[in-house]
Amino acid sequence: MSLEDIIQETKTYYCLECGKCTSVCPVAKYDPAFSPRMMIENALLGFENDLIFNRELFSCLTCYTCQQRCPSDVDFPVFIRKARAMAQDNGQHGICAHSGQLQSLARLMTSLDIKQRRLEWLSDEYRTSDDSDVLFWVGCAPYFEPIFEDIEFNALDITKASLKTLNLLGIEPKLLPNEKCCGHDALWTGDIETFKKLAEHNATQIKEAGVKKIIFSCPEGYRTFKLDYPNYGFDVGCELQHISEFLAERIEKDGLKFNEVKKKVTYQDPCRLGRHLGVYDAPRKILESIPGIELVEMQYSRWDSICCGTSAWTNCDSCSNMLRAERLSEATATGAETLITCCPKCQTHFRCAMIDKGEEKRSMPNIEIMDLANLVASAMGD
Amino acid sequence: MAEFEPKIVAFACNWCTYAAADLAGTARLQYPPNVYIVRLMCSGMINADYILRAFEKGADGVIVSGCKYTDCHYIDGPVKCDAMFAKLKRLVHILGLEDERLRREMISTSEGTVFARVVKEFVDQLKKLGPSPFSSLRKEKVAV
Repeated sequence: MSLEDIIQETKTYYCLECGKCTSVCPVAKYDPAFSPRMMIENALLGFENDLIFNRELFSCLTCYTCQQRCPSDVDFPVFIRKARAMAQDNGQHGICAHSGQLQSLARLMTSLDIKQRRLEWLSDEYRTSDDSDVLFWVGCAPYFEPIFEDIEFNALDITKASLKTLNLLGIEPKLLPNEKCCGHDALWTGDIETFKKLAEHNATQIKEAGVKKIIFSCPEGYRTFKLDYPNYGFDVGCELQHISEFLAERIEKDGLKFNEVKKKVTYQDPCRLGRHLGVYDAPRKILESIPGIELVEMQYSRWDSICCGTSAWTNCDSCSNMLRAERLSEATATGAETLITCCPKCQTHFRCAMIDKGEEKRSMPNIEIMDLANLVASAMGD
Repeated sequence: MAEFEPKIVAFACNWCTYAAADLAGTARLQYPPNVYIVRLMCSGMINADYILRAFEKGADGVIVSGCKYTDCHYIDGPVKCDAMFAKLKRLVHILGLEDERLRREMISTSEGTVFARVVKEFVDQLKKLGPSPFSSLRKEKVAV
């Protein structure tokens, strides 16, 4: 794909140069070298090299804040994604966080010969069934467990809590023993080849499984399945739901009731679930229907909410850390004792920021972080 | 069909294992030529991605080897390496790779014979296991 095609496809030529994108951009706030308007201008003037060999290209969070404010509806995140694909072709990969192992894992998973042992954590406590027409998407959680051990984050807790919740609602979901990475990070770092391979494997497996519904606990997987798979021609042919939407539906239709949990909480909208897919109300509805939960909103919430600081495991720097500090201080300013989120990645990044205070040794605000699924599981348990 | 010849990548620290491999060479010890040695300053600098990439590029087995705990030139390199290695082992286990494809060794400068023996043992082991499940990902063949 050439620069011309990218401009045509994302309607970048409608840009009015108003600069709203740069003024709302959370990255540009802390990193003066990063400017979405400048990138668009460079592309429109045909300065291809200034765009793709710019180290800031991989700093974009693709959080969609700019796209929401844009009066001309320029799809900047997709523009970035396609420009990254061009950069990848030219040997630019961005600065990969966590030594690049997460990108490598995705590439290794494209091998057809592997038989993953991703469900070894599954105990008799959780009921699953191979005949079920509901599939639960486990995602990267088994891999996150060893990788993020140091920051005391166990992504499998979210998976287990979600499974427990589904079991308590009488659903015994099917799990795929050899499901692959959804390809979200490969796609957003511009590694389209890997993304396509992973998407193909997953789509085939899901079709073979013959399920009617897939439930996700991760907004990134949900977004990728919902928007990107059809976009690249991979059809999974079933209903897709995030666990928060599923539970909100149950509350509305079946009058699902929860036990009392006394807690003052605030909610972080993950960019993938919120701005990308427009799911703002479902998690809030769940929080409101748990007796004893007091939900206080942060200064910036819903479509204004600030991203956790890194999107596809690239360019995680001091600027990302400052973003996290800002968001965490907003959370503590509400007086809430717990920050609730729906995305494992938000949790990873906030926990990391609280443990590693960075070179400046700033006093990072401290708040308990919990996934919505964990809260729901504790409100449904005996 | 020719017998399967495994490709081994050995990450060796400059001060101990690399010197041991050198010693094995100067002492004219015979060991299989399947090993590709990558010299690094310390085993503590090896991160998980080095090893994952080795598998991605077509290695059938990886040896991570450095100084013994008391020999490290940078005080605690082997300790860091151990921590990384333990994590990585869990990671590749989930990925479906046989645990035997990874080997953590500590070979000090004078142990040329140990190096030759480890490589020989590892080659035999990998021949039994066959090609790595990631070998289909290899795009270009590495010249032997």
